[in-house]
Amino acid sequence: MRIFIPRDAAALAVGADKIATAVRAHAKTLGVDVQVIRNGSRGMLWLEPLVELDMPDGRIGFGPFTLADIPGLFADPAAHPKALGKVEEIPFFARQHRLTFARCGVIDPLDLEDYRAHGGYTGLARALSLGAADTVAEVKASGLRGRGGAGFPTGIKWETVRTAPGPQKYIVCNADEGDSGTFADRMIMEGDPFALIEGMTIAAVAVGASRGYIYLRSEYPHAISTMNAAIAKAERAGMLGAAVMGSAHAFELQVRVGAGAYVCGEETALLDSLEGKRGQVRAKPPIPALVGLFGKPTIVNNTISFATIPFIFEKGAKAYADYGMGRSRGTMPVQIAGNVKHGGLFEVAFGITLGELVQDVGGGSATGRPVRAVQAGGPLGAYFPPALFDTEYDYEAFTARDGLIGHGGLVVFDDAVDMARMARFAMEFCAHESCGKCTPCRIGAVRGAEVIDRIITGQDPVQNLSLVQELCETMKFGSLCALGGFTPYPVMSAIRHFPEDFAPAVMPVAAQ
Amino acid sequence: MKNSTGNVVHAPQSWDSVFAEQIIEEHMALEGPMLPILHAIQAAFGFISEDAMRLIAARLNLSRAEVYGVVSFYHDYRQAPAGRHVLKLCRAEACQSMGGEENAEHLLRRLGLDWGQTTPDGRLTVEAVYCLGLCACAPSALLDHEVHGRLDAASLEQLAMEAL
Ligand SMILES: Cc1cc2nc3c(=O)[nH]c(=O)nc-3n(C[C@H](O)[C@H](O)[C@H](O)COP(=O)(O)O)c2cc1C
Ligand code: SF4
Ligand code: FES
Repeated sequence: MRIFIPRDAAALAVGADKIATAVRAHAKTLGVDVQVIRNGSRGMLWLEPLVELDMPDGRIGFGPFTLADIPGLFADPAAHPKALGKVEEIPFFARQHRLTFARCGVIDPLDLEDYRAHGGYTGLARALSLGAADTVAEVKASGLRGRGGAGFPTGIKWETVRTAPGPQKYIVCNADEGDSGTFADRMIMEGDPFALIEGMTIAAVAVGASRGYIYLRSEYPHAISTMNAAIAKAERAGMLGAAVMGSAHAFELQVRVGAGAYVCGEETALLDSLEGKRGQVRAKPPIPALVGLFGKPTIVNNTISFATIPFIFEKGAKAYADYGMGRSRGTMPVQIAGNVKHGGLFEVAFGITLGELVQDVGGGSATGRPVRAVQAGGPLGAYFPPALFDTEYDYEAFTARDGLIGHGGLVVFDDAVDMARMARFAMEFCAHESCGKCTPCRIGAVRGAEVIDRIITGQDPVQNLSLVQELCETMKFGSLCALGGFTPYPVMSAIRHFPEDFAPAVMPVAAQ
Repeated sequence: MKNSTGNVVHAPQSWDSVFAEQIIEEHMALEGPMLPILHAIQAAFGFISEDAMRLIAARLNLSRAEVYGVVSFYHDYRQAPAGRHVLKLCRAEACQSMGGEENAEHLLRRLGLDWGQTTPDGRLTVEAVYCLGLCACAPSALLDHEVHGRLDAASLEQLAMEAL
């Protein structure tokens, strides 16, 4: 009897470890031989802990599972009150296009053989036979754009590093995942760590880099230990080290743990942090592709960007590019979170609308009250009202509506939300995390929070509101990076779409 | 990890300069060893003391001001010991949308603490954190290295009481 009980941190947060221990103990008392596999999560987080039984015709799910549900699992699983049927037929799962997350939740994350049995390392083998130039060309042809937020074409970045002169180059994975409402990086590292390792190795082969680092935030202790364990296994199997997959390429990979600074997700601050300095943003140019880690040519990509590479090489660039719309090719692992009924990770081709994601897939709010706002793209992303739910999930379509996709997070709020408070929080967060290099960000955000406080307490709301708008303009144009530069997105969108929360007197002004 | 007398270290131990030097030395082969050293020092001693900064500065050929500059930049590094247990409550947007702030306020009031403070008996420090990646199981918290989700005021209080 094979039982799957996730080891994903979200499953652990709702009791998966206790269930695994109790399932083993219960099986022992019954004298039943069970194999408990600690898989990653399927991404249906409202169903966690989601326990799965391996049956002849597929895996059957049970959840959200509690200790009291254990005896029934061994008695008559089909009649179990928590039975969900075949996991892959649950609508939330069946509607997805799981390319990057194809193995996540399916395999044992730390079993290299299981990884290979599910297509793992076929991509690297192909990249090795293609050679550097064609490998980069394949990435370009896939249309993959950086999943960290900026959406820069990955193939073009790789080409710059490939053609940059120099004997020492680096591959750096940005696993800082600081955006609230996002957890795709965490899930892939905990659920399919070899995909990230393989993706980074393909990058190393493509540009001739011999060293790589995964800059992983300290808030993710489970991802850190899973990644470290996976790297050790890949080394032992010869998939990392002096002769990658028996080739002439050497690639050494290490995890480096962040220290709780949101701004270190910005790529140049990240590089300074890796070098052992304060994580301050560097002025560009020079770009990291040419002058990166320790001044050497460096690829910095997001975790999901790298983890998508193995699919592209296994199935071909076209298979990836066939999904999507416009200049947004492929899929996005959208993370639906906050006050939502069906929260989780939903990987889907670009082009689905925001409303479908929130209402159909997410099922509306968790409280059952009307959805009032959705923040898309993390703490620097805009708030969308239901009136804009027809926005298609596409980089350009979001930009056209003064928003951003960012790293793919959606945080849902019901009608109890106070948008003035959310705008204030955006300013406060910016002030808290500012690296201190530019005045509009460092000082402007502190001022911004104070001024919004005055609006909240009803002091000169009209005058103070125009002061906030001025501050936003200054931050937008006077900041070196998107922390100061994009904080105006949540603030201004809150003011524009929810003027009634900023005192009734200002409605005519904001409506213009 | 083992200290200089060979004992396996779990809880933070008191200052031991031989052990600290050994920790620093173990990381010297790394490129950019600063953050790994600071993490290891903090794991061993619970915080990064003046003594530790002096040793690190000497070994890395930096001024003490430079080391201090790094330590003070990052939210994770402590310059004073925390309580025996640390409870980090997520204050970011997804957790706010599910009542995380109200739960936190309730707990802090119960304990008579403000953010970042430690109970008088030194058992528990309550701190803010901005996203634990558990945003679909909000509100969430980290008690030492243990993750917790779908908290309400009662279960959060119970969690804190376990640590007290
Ligand atoms: C304040 C700030 C925080 C950022 N945080 C992250 C992050 O946590 N993860 C990430 O991949 N990119 C983050 N970015 C974007 C990176 O600077 C960079 O664009 C990205 O790592 C490039 O990889 P990609 O092309 O694969 O997206 C951040 C940018 C800014 C300005
Ligand atoms: S905008 Fe803020 S975080 Fe970005 S470089 Fe300037 S001060 Fe630093
Ligand atoms: S916002 Fe609280 S865990 Fe992400």
